[in-house]
Amino acid sequence: METDRDHAHNERDLVLLQPVIATRRPFYYLALFFLGFTSIAFFAWLWQLKQGLGVTGLNVPVYWGFYITNFVFFIGISHAGTLISAILRLCHAEWRRSITRAAEVITVLVLFFGVGSVIMDLGRPERALNVLLHPNFHSPLLWDVCSITVYLTASTIYLYLPLIPDIAILRDHGAKPAWLYRRLAIGWCASEKQKRVLNRAISVMAVLVIPIAVSVHTVVSWVFAMTVQPMWHSSIFGPYFVVGAIFSGIASLLIVMALIRRIYLLQDYLKPIHFNNLGLLLLVMALLWFYFTFAEFITTFYGSDPSHLVVFYSKLSGRYAVPFWTMVVTCFIIPVGILARRKTRTITGCVIASISVNIGMWLERFTIVVPTLSQPRLPWAKASYSPTWVEVAITIGFGATFMFLYMLFTKFFPIVSIWEVQEGREMAIPEVVERVKSYFPGEVLPSA
Amino acid sequence: MPRWGMVIDLAKCTACQACTVACQTENNVPCVPPKEAARGRIISWISVLPQIEGEYPRLSMRPTPLPCVHCDNPPCIRVCPVQATAINPEGVVRQIYARCIGCRYCTNACPYTRRMFNWYKPEFPGEFTEALNPDVSVRPKGVVEKCTLCHHRLQKARDEARAAKRELAEGDYVPACVEICPAGAMYFGDLEDHNSTVAALARSRRAFKPLEELGTHPKVIYLAQGEWSGGDGQGPRT
Repeated sequence: METDRDHAHNERDLVLLQPVIATRRPFYYLALFFLGFTSIAFFAWLWQLKQGLGVTGLNVPVYWGFYITNFVFFIGISHAGTLISAILRLCHAEWRRSITRAAEVITVLVLFFGVGSVIMDLGRPERALNVLLHPNFHSPLLWDVCSITVYLTASTIYLYLPLIPDIAILRDHGAKPAWLYRRLAIGWCASEKQKRVLNRAISVMAVLVIPIAVSVHTVVSWVFAMTVQPMWHSSIFGPYFVVGAIFSGIASLLIVMALIRRIYLLQDYLKPIHFNNLGLLLLVMALLWFYFTFAEFITTFYGSDPSHLVVFYSKLSGRYAVPFWTMVVTCFIIPVGILARRKTRTITGCVIASISVNIGMWLERFTIVVPTLSQPRLPWAKASYSPTWVEVAITIGFGATFMFLYMLFTKFFPIVSIWEVQEGREMAIPEVVERVKSYFPGEVLPSA
Repeated sequence: MPRWGMVIDLAKCTACQACTVACQTENNVPCVPPKEAARGRIISWISVLPQIEGEYPRLSMRPTPLPCVHCDNPPCIRVCPVQATAINPEGVVRQIYARCIGCRYCTNACPYTRRMFNWYKPEFPGEFTEALNPDVSVRPKGVVEKCTLCHHRLQKARDEARAAKRELAEGDYVPACVEICPAGAMYFGDLEDHNSTVAALARSRRAFKPLEELGTHPKVIYLAQGEWSGGDGQGPRT
């Protein structure tokens, strides 16, 4: 009888396989729509390769612009996945079970666009592998190469491990292409030993991936902080960037969750409680972000080094005032306004706050990269920067291609972890009961 | 081992920009068309920087020729991910064009903004092609280039001295900008040699180094009466 009920549960979860098994017409339209932007971006890149970086809006002294902004932004978003999912897993947050997969996929995919942004920015992309031939370990850019490579490897493994049992389910249901699932399932048959090994491996990876993720965005910030340039040379940058990365990561995760919930009818798996909990996390990050930003600016202001103040005022009241204050509104005022109240912390509220945060965090990256460069210490080379169509096309194309790849993933693998949801239903209650028992004296009654 | 350095007497500079032109022709620095120049894509290894002092109506402009200052502690070298830039034992900061990946990290780390990027394939219209200096390589598009203190001239001077079986003497090796300066405002030589003109001038009470406070230890030294400071704290001047 017990097994019958389990079986019924398991059958119900097979709705999660639907997106993989059947594809409806709108999917193809949407894919074509995104691929349209991809091809425009590809054309723009070819044009840039042929002509040189002169086709961008970059100049002396603003040598970095949209591409490096995108680089920092995309790498930041990558913290959504692995980091959030690892922390939630280690904390035994049971509500994580239906969102970890969606988060981990973001990480792995978006990292390619972070790396891609740097490749776009190179004057000689065909020489990029010189970083392996002639590495200079003093360069923060090489630290980036190392930590992002490790991060990509670790988060790919961390995505794959919890996928194995689900791939086996797909294999057993005869999903096509059969060879792909057979290969990737590596003989999973849910034996006790396999389960033990898998759970052990996942916990090890979850622990490993957290310091790696922290190192990644710290090192990204050091690309700026290790120079002597005004308002880049700041010791707060490491933690500030990590906080910003987690902030924009959670926001991206919330947007993705709302989309897949709507498109694949996953209302039973992604419930308002998931949005509420992540929304609270987003609220905490918004407050932390504001604290860091405030600390950064007030220190600069009181230090009043003239070369720093030039950059400072260009952000507060000068040429970059519009992006700067838009950032403050979209990163702090809007999300805190929405998320601080239970009434507005709904799914729609979370999505609005998240879109706002992502716009704001992109602007934050922009107002870190460009104002400093446009106002170097020696005043002969001051210039403004505005992007050309090439940079805009590549930026939009990157976003569109990311969404296309994400869609494609949902067509090959279940975007909500089936076995983890099942495991949660079967094991979580006794586990939690045990845990609570260990906290206090006296009897704990599982059901009142 | 010599330590090559330059002294520029700001009191003598007339802002004629002959140094800039001499450098362009000597080092095959590409001609940037006016449209690109207006977009801030000028490449010049030595520029005359208008240093504006005082406040309206008591304004004065002090022209300041600024090449790469060849720091002894160069911020650009540390940040290059592929070791495409290095300082040689004689203190000259060089760029390896064939290795540079064009990431422009060095251009951003340089507090003097004295590293230039090839936004396009370098162009030398008409007769300029005929006038290219065979001693200096033409750079491809997408790499960073910078002042070499006319390093090819040093090699030539060394060869000539060796052929004549004598030591390299002061004045055998001078970069094009120093050689051309009609006002005689620029001096060049071995800072290590205490008897050299540059070493003597560098000891002068008028001597100061650009953005000295950053600890970069530049080997381009200025002579002037007043304090020389880079930023004016007044915001962008457009």
